[in-house]
Amino acid sequence: MEALTNRKKQVERKPMTFWEKMYLPAIAKGMGITMSHFFKKKPTIKYPEETRTFSAVFRGVQILNRDEQGRERCTACGLCAVACPAEAITMEAAERQQGEEHLYREEKYAAKYEINMLRCIFCGLCEEACPKDAIYLTQTFAKANYARKGFIYGKDDLLIPNPVTQPEEYEKAKGAIGRDIK
Amino acid sequence: MFLLQIDWWIFFEKLILIAAIISLSMIVAMYSTYAERKVAAFLQDRIGPNRAGPFGILQPLADGLKLFMKEEIIPTMSSKFLFILGPMLAMITAMLTSVVIPWGSSIDIAGHKVALQVADINIGILYIFGVVSLGVYGIMIGAWASNNKFSLLAAIRGASQMISYELAMGLSLIAVLFLVGDLRMSAIVKQQLDHGWNIIYQPLGFLIFFVCALAECNRTPFDLPEAENELNMGYHQEYSSMKLGFYLFAEYINMFISGVVMATLFFGGYDIPFVNEAAWGTHWWVGLIGFAVLMLKATIFIFLFMWIRWTIPRFRYDQLMNLGWKTLLPLALVNMIVTAAVVLLLNK
Repeated sequence: MEALTNRKKQVERKPMTFWEKMYLPAIAKGMGITMSHFFKKKPTIKYPEETRTFSAVFRGVQILNRDEQGRERCTACGLCAVACPAEAITMEAAERQQGEEHLYREEKYAAKYEINMLRCIFCGLCEEACPKDAIYLTQTFAKANYARKGFIYGKDDLLIPNPVTQPEEYEKAKGAIGRDIK
Repeated sequence: MFLLQIDWWIFFEKLILIAAIISLSMIVAMYSTYAERKVAAFLQDRIGPNRAGPFGILQPLADGLKLFMKEEIIPTMSSKFLFILGPMLAMITAMLTSVVIPWGSSIDIAGHKVALQVADINIGILYIFGVVSLGVYGIMIGAWASNNKFSLLAAIRGASQMISYELAMGLSLIAVLFLVGDLRMSAIVKQQLDHGWNIIYQPLGFLIFFVCALAECNRTPFDLPEAENELNMGYHQEYSSMKLGFYLFAEYINMFISGVVMATLFFGGYDIPFVNEAAWGTHWWVGLIGFAVLMLKATIFIFLFMWIRWTIPRFRYDQLMNLGWKTLLPLALVNMIVTAAVVLLLNK
């Protein structure tokens, strides 16, 4: 029958030589190989003391952004909720009152903003859809929890710290994002 | 009056020695499990347990605690007496072998010369062989009492393997005895102190003994009885909690004792190479240094066992029996005859 590829190799069926029949030289060679592995550097990453570096576009848990003056950018327009393929985002809008100009950027803001981490598939479509640069995906993981309730992240879980009142936490949170945000 | 006639020195000396040796065997077996995991990991490009204590040193304690806390399962259709007897026998025979081994030369305590050997019986090495043969019963009884075809099959293989490899071991031992002339363990060590280590005179004998020791301890490549992925864990499949712990421990103690016996028979026991210890005099620490050297040799052997385990695949059962009967037995016979001829010629 014709061969299907030109890569076939004839199997060697020679009888074993004396040295091969003794098994001991082959075993010694194998033991040498194993011993060389004993002294090699191990690629294990000792979590949690060491962590892997993620790529800049890694998609982790979401974060709600603020501007330089510390005002929330999100205007509860609902584009992220519509874009989400898993229907994980829900929000309730509210109107900005007189004394709240330092809190919210525009007249409409999200009074309640919830992302259900059990539904979220970390696709990043909400970040792509947002017209206000308000939501970004960071390099953190969603922590384990005993109850389903603990996985529904509200505004206080998702908001980035205020750069005006809490500059250090803001810098740390920005570092967890891995790329430059507005 | 009767109490004053008893030689209390010997009594307490032996009692303390026995307690020390048993705790030593236990501790070495415990840390052998830790060493096995670490050595296996390092040979496989990973790090072993490193969470329980610094570098995972307390891991054996965690393992022991886990085994204690597990549920004791005894199969309903089995003989309860035999089920519990199996691991007991394995552990007892493992412990019994350590009695005749000379752990060091001797320590001088308050004028008394305390030999670091519990019983210097005149059938020394033969006693060890007898007790190791009894170890087969532990496996067979345990597997029979498990009421499980796989365990029985594994134990039958194990028993036939152990019996086959004992023959070659005994024959290579006879060749050593030609050189020494006495079965006493202390005499074997003394002969090596005077005339050089037996490994120089018996390299083939050592090789045969080493391979047979691997088979006696049920270590890879001869670990068919407890083949983890072939026979569903083999003879200790139905065991849980401390009975399983006893089986595993007995295997590690056997490994340790095999290492010590090999060191004693072929590598001079407590002798430090190229050093004349007689010139050091009779301080109390001379015996202890010999003991430390013996421990070092045993540790090297244990490492060698583990290294081989994680390098070589398992033997198939017929290949195993072929090796024992058709290769090692004739080799050991030839070794014995050649040694006998050479000894006769040289004594003439």
